[in-house]
Amino acid sequence: MLTLECPYCSIQADETELHAGGEAHLKRETVGSLDNDFEDYLFMRENPKGVHFERWRHVAGCGKWFHAARCTMTLEVFGTYSAQTLAPPKDLREKISTKRPGWTWRAFS
Amino acid sequence: MSNVTSALNGREVTGVTTIREGGFRGMITLRGDLSNANLKKVCKAVTGVDMPAQRGVNMHGESGLAWMSPDELLLLVPHDAADESVAKIDAALNGTHYLAVNVSDARALITVQGKGAREVLARVCPADLRASGLPKGEMRRTRLAQVPTAIWTQDGDDFAVICFRSVAGYVFDLLANAAKTPGPGLL
Ligand SMILES: [Zn+2]
Repeated sequence: MLTLECPYCSIQADETELHAGGEAHLKRETVGSLDNDFEDYLFMRENPKGVHFERWRHVAGCGKWFHAARCTMTLEVFGTYSAQTLAPPKDLREKISTKRPGWTWRAFS
Repeated sequence: MSNVTSALNGREVTGVTTIREGGFRGMITLRGDLSNANLKKVCKAVTGVDMPAQRGVNMHGESGLAWMSPDELLLLVPHDAADESVAKIDAALNGTHYLAVNVSDARALITVQGKGAREVLARVCPADLRASGLPKGEMRRTRLAQVPTAIWTQDGDDFAVICFRSVAGYVFDLLANAAKTPGPGLL
């Protein structure tokens, strides 16, 4: 059972109280984007064994969307953070680096 | 002229833990900047209680204020005071970005009272319902089986559950079934 702390209401919510929202930090391509970029945006997703960043919604709780960083192999949760950001916070990235040295995920490391 | 009726007409199942439909209650959803001074003032004027902290619920009689999310409050008032309360909020917050809606008749209130109330709820709920996980004066938004609910206790023993009116029968039956046998007494 995955348990994530919602950064908005501070509840330790188990996954049955949450709704998975797919990959985090996607850049939305739109009118005027190159076809290849648009295709990547629509269809191409990370599928890492290890560090991963996702969107979740506290659907049966406060209703807010947030971000989570976790390991897809061990289910270890590194942390959760606000939805109002384009990148994982620095302190969280440093925390992951101490646990998974050399990790990369898209443009982040 | 049709009469106002509550979701389950005060249905109750008595036992060690008694499940009862809580009848009429005015409920107002208020979204906005909860740090706004006018918002705090009108909430206090309407309910008579202070602004709760994160996840808190402050009650005085039938009236109260519950923190539902960083930008949402639930105001509880007597059922017949809901419309005039919304009017007061509208007057106080005119010109600011907010939303106040009387949702009284879109919701149902169900009480879970007596010995074992925590265990009855815990049987159908994923939340930590120990006294340490859900202390008195805290509003816990979660789910009961398949539907979203909000649960709180004022005294630590008796609980109140708010759910959508459309699922009031489902929630009542769920709790009545969970209350059929006594729990192991762990909570
Ligand atoms: Zn939450």
